[in-house]
Amino acid sequence: MDRHRAALNRLPRSFVVVLATAPALFIVGFYAWPVVNLIWSTTRRTTAGSPFRHTTTIVWFTLWQAVVSTVLTLVAGLAPAYVLARYSFTGRRALLAMATVPFVLPTVAVGAAFLALLPDSWHGTARAMILAHVFFNVAVVVRLVGSMIAVIPHDLVGAARTLGANAAQATRLVLLPLLAPALWSAAAVIFLFSFTSFGVATLLGGPTHPTLEVEIARRATQLGDVRGAATLSIAQLVMLAVVIVWATRRQRRSALELTGATGSRRPRGRREQAFVVTVAVATVLAIGAPMAALVARSFDTGRGWSLAGWTKLGTAEVRPGVGLGVDPLASIGVSLRFAVVAALIACAIGFLAASAIAASPRLGRLLDTGLMLPLGTSAVTVGLGLLITFDVSPFDWRARWWFIPLGHALVAVPFVVRSLLTVLRTIPSDLHAAAATLGAAPIRAWWHVDARALRRPLLAGAGFSAAISLGEFGATTILTRSGRETLPIAINRLLGRSGGLPRAQAFAVATILLALTTVVVMVSGVSERLGSDRA
Amino acid sequence: MRPIARAAIGLSVVITPLVAGCSSSDSAKRAPSPITLVAYDSFPTKDTALNAALDEFAQSTGIKVTVVTAGDAGTMLTKARLTAGNPEGDVMFGIDSTQLSAAIDDNVFAPYQPNGSNAISMNLASMVPGHELTPVDFGDVCINYDKEWFATNGIEPPGNLADLTKPEYKDLLVVENPSASSPGLAFLMATIAEFGDGWTDYWAQLRANGVTVVDGWDAAYYEDFSGAAGSTGDRPLVVSYGSSPPAEVIFADPPRTDAPTAVVDSTCFRQVEFAGVLRGTKHETEARQLVDFLVSSRFQSELPLGLFVYPARTGVALPEEFTKYTVVPTKTLSLDPATIAANRQKWQDEWTDIVLR
Repeated sequence: MDRHRAALNRLPRSFVVVLATAPALFIVGFYAWPVVNLIWSTTRRTTAGSPFRHTTTIVWFTLWQAVVSTVLTLVAGLAPAYVLARYSFTGRRALLAMATVPFVLPTVAVGAAFLALLPDSWHGTARAMILAHVFFNVAVVVRLVGSMIAVIPHDLVGAARTLGANAAQATRLVLLPLLAPALWSAAAVIFLFSFTSFGVATLLGGPTHPTLEVEIARRATQLGDVRGAATLSIAQLVMLAVVIVWATRRQRRSALELTGATGSRRPRGRREQAFVVTVAVATVLAIGAPMAALVARSFDTGRGWSLAGWTKLGTAEVRPGVGLGVDPLASIGVSLRFAVVAALIACAIGFLAASAIAASPRLGRLLDTGLMLPLGTSAVTVGLGLLITFDVSPFDWRARWWFIPLGHALVAVPFVVRSLLTVLRTIPSDLHAAAATLGAAPIRAWWHVDARALRRPLLAGAGFSAAISLGEFGATTILTRSGRETLPIAINRLLGRSGGLPRAQAFAVATILLALTTVVVMVSGVSERLGSDRA
Repeated sequence: MRPIARAAIGLSVVITPLVAGCSSSDSAKRAPSPITLVAYDSFPTKDTALNAALDEFAQSTGIKVTVVTAGDAGTMLTKARLTAGNPEGDVMFGIDSTQLSAAIDDNVFAPYQPNGSNAISMNLASMVPGHELTPVDFGDVCINYDKEWFATNGIEPPGNLADLTKPEYKDLLVVENPSASSPGLAFLMATIAEFGDGWTDYWAQLRANGVTVVDGWDAAYYEDFSGAAGSTGDRPLVVSYGSSPPAEVIFADPPRTDAPTAVVDSTCFRQVEFAGVLRGTKHETEARQLVDFLVSSRFQSELPLGLFVYPARTGVALPEEFTKYTVVPTKTLSLDPATIAANRQKWQDEWTDIVLR
């Protein structure tokens, strides 16, 4: 079919190269070069290297909390994944949305929600961090493992039971090996997110439990030790690369082909019904509780219930003339502007890239891999690379209005490309042939057929990019400029204060950020595409 | 040849007015640009006598000044070092003596010797022979205590730094993180000046005795310290300024005649605050005029009651309310600037390991 299509109405090679140029320049200029520069800077900068006495402790902590987060998420996610994949029931779609949306919620807002929910004695602890990681990543299990559970034939386990296996044996010998590939890829994704955790680690781990990512940011933004930060960044990059390569191998080795989807059915009998109801209620409670606590605490200024957290947004003073050092109302505007610019950049680059990838498999694979790289890099590293690379005239872009959204777009582009490619690859080649028959030149056919089919996925990609931009915290922490704080930066600064009113304000601003993100996600239809696209 | 010549002439006809247009608009007398003053969080952004003084400056020179706050002084300086050459504003106020070397080494400021700099006290001016920064004010960072709390609980207030590790002062002290905060760093320096190499043990004991650490002075003083008016805090000991007690009297509502807080005399560390023109500003002329104004008698006379510090300029009269409640410490702790420059980052790192990890 492909050859047929190629023969009939293939895009000229030169046109594909033109399409690929902008995305290629984008990724080389704003990702590859800054990372190379970062590596180079560790040998060049002359800042007095301070002793990394506790680096091993930090690496060890980052590692074990990520492993524990991964294991707990897999355990916590299996039941909802199973229920959502196997059973059809009223409210299933709502439950699915609820279980998957946390994945795109801003880390700082979720961190704030857990601060609001958990007692003070839990603040600044590893367990608070791990709990939030589980909250975020259950979505990964529901999607990745759930889609696998959905295609395992019902009768396989039944057959094993008939052959004399008990329930545990059937699970261990039949179900687990079949689920292994999905479990491994879910584990890899969860591990990566927990390992590079920044927003959650900053808010919930506090200064006593820094992850590598937090330490990198602290060195750069508090101590001004760019060389130390860059060294840690590179070390983290290497560790991430090892994990990604290992996970890919592992996944390939255990890959299995399963044919025939089995579909879902209504729960039968008392026990199944009770199981489904229990899991559904538990999931709703676990996901709803932090949100409810966040909203509730925005009305609590430490001296009883009050609207002050909301009414005094942006006007509260600590003494005459001296404000809180951050303007939450202005930061709503800043965040929205950044989100729009980031979405525009990500969609433009993503559209060109996806078109080139779909048209030319060989060139495409290279571009695809290149664009995925920022995902395997921590956000703080991306920000640090941009900061130290674009600081010399005429490329001194640190103060430009598009610089921070550009950083956000780097992270968002791969998602836009995924979202577009799924659609592009399903466009029947007959359409191109038909266009050719009707006299359309290849480029014109491409414009009328492909470009048009991409409208909906582009909207979803724009929504996803906007959601990422709204919540982005790592790169922004490095690149942010005073007087132009985004919502996550404003929340973090307000939470750094211990007074009742600043805290209520922080929770109010976090509520706004959560609401904005949810609206963006719902309107653009991202929630429907979360699964395969994000994997 | 001829077509080329013609093209060249054509080109010059097009370009000349463009170039001329540029230069004429440059040389024309243009209105002064508004500029941005970057300051730490506790610098007032509106409604105080300091802001009124800045408004007067705007009226007389036509230069409107916007105040942008950039975190506590430590955070503010680090940001300035990362953005050196492409600054977040035009003038920065609030770099202190413990951070001086970092600011100068990283080339954050464009050297400028302001008009009126000869009126600045000599021992302050001599700290910046290269004129990268200009001293604006000085004060002391000291332990403050809540007089009422100690009276009610029948405990004697601490008499010196060593006392703070005693069991009767357990869970009573709040300090600022020296990596983020200027008074926090000054207090760390005070302990190093007092205990020498023993400072690490001292801080380990402070930690065991329940010291609380927050990122900035505002949070420590107004949110954790019990002595500040309107505070919800419950800690009666805080790292603040020698001039905080008079501030409590002046801001008291209803008015009062004595300060609710006092200073532990022997814990004070002298701190000088500087301002400078940020290198890379597009409005260097206006920025310089603002620095001139910051050391003028007009602005300097507002500093005691505006920021509760002593003016760097000699011969500025101090208001009575200020002198009446300010305790001038008999001796202040100090460290050699070169020692600070060589060790600051190492000390901040060690402190983080001892107190936070």
